[in-house]
Amino acid sequence: MSEAHLAALVATTATTRIISAVQVVALVATAVAATAVVVVRRPARQVVVLSTYGLVLGALFLTFQAPDVTLSMITVGSVVLPLLLLLALAKMRRQEE
Amino acid sequence: MTPAQRRNAFLIAMAGLLGFYLWGLTGLPGFGHYPGPYGDIVNAIAVARTHATGVVSAVNFDFRGFDTLGEEYILFVAATGVATVLRHLRSERDRAPTDEAKDRKVPPTSDAVRLTAVVMTGPTVVVGWWLTTHAQTTPSGGFQGGVVLATAFILVYLAGQYLTFERMSPLKVTDAAEAVGAGSFAAVGVGALVVGAAYLTDVLPLGHSPGAINSSGTIALISFFVGIEVAAAFVLICSELLEQTLLVREGGS
Repeated sequence: MSEAHLAALVATTATTRIISAVQVVALVATAVAATAVVVVRRPARQVVVLSTYGLVLGALFLTFQAPDVTLSMITVGSVVLPLLLLLALAKMRRQEE
Repeated sequence: MTPAQRRNAFLIAMAGLLGFYLWGLTGLPGFGHYPGPYGDIVNAIAVARTHATGVVSAVNFDFRGFDTLGEEYILFVAATGVATVLRHLRSERDRAPTDEAKDRKVPPTSDAVRLTAVVMTGPTVVVGWWLTTHAQTTPSGGFQGGVVLATAFILVYLAGQYLTFERMSPLKVTDAAEAVGAGSFAAVGVGALVVGAAYLTDVLPLGHSPGAINSSGTIALISFFVGIEVAAAFVLICSELLEQTLLVREGGS
């Protein structure tokens, strides 16, 4: 194996290790955020936490080298889904009054 | 069923699920070890064959374009469903919003929200269009771009401009944009049939340099139409729901 090959291999391994640390952090953050969504009981606050969870999950996908999925996750998970839920909550509150 | 029985049934089911789950995990390939041939093959041929450096877009809009067409129509049908369920029935009539809690003041939209929304609207439109039109060069595409574009409309609403939101997205125009976007995707596929190729084959000129904005033929075109469709679908869903929430409607007349 030539020196250049070896250097390339070492560089790859080093990069992988760094990304792995970031991936672990993202995985833990996702677990924390997902638990927070369940722990928060008031729907309106839950929606805000859910939005944050969407952002964290997007970051997780980014660390696993899926930028396309990240974009979809952030737009749908932290913008559109919370918005629809908030609208539903507003509608329900109006009916209760 | 007593609570104790219910708990036992749950615990037994969970134990079974856990067992199967762990058993399933042992059969997975190791972390970072991709076993299948298709990803490697696509990585090897995609750029040369489609001149799209956004290989995910090449897969979505070319290699498995027909699947994407189906997914596209899931959203189309969903938006249509919302519009159908929330349509004005003959027995319903609009009523001007009335103050149902006169003793309570309506809190005005805070300046912070309004300023943020106003400042973000322009950049959001730019990012949305950029994502929609650059599927062939970078990780982006019509779906993401379309949702971001729809977000710009929602920002206008957040800025306290429901009337502007309504005027910017009249139902008929939104409906038409959604239909044109979805129909054009299918029509691009038919275009390939006309010149004698299989449905959704990339028959347009691919351009000389992979990664250029004018490269990749139908991939860029389809992404553009998907962007239109998705943006219109989300604006349609949101405006239908906003109308439900903001306007008081009552049955019978």
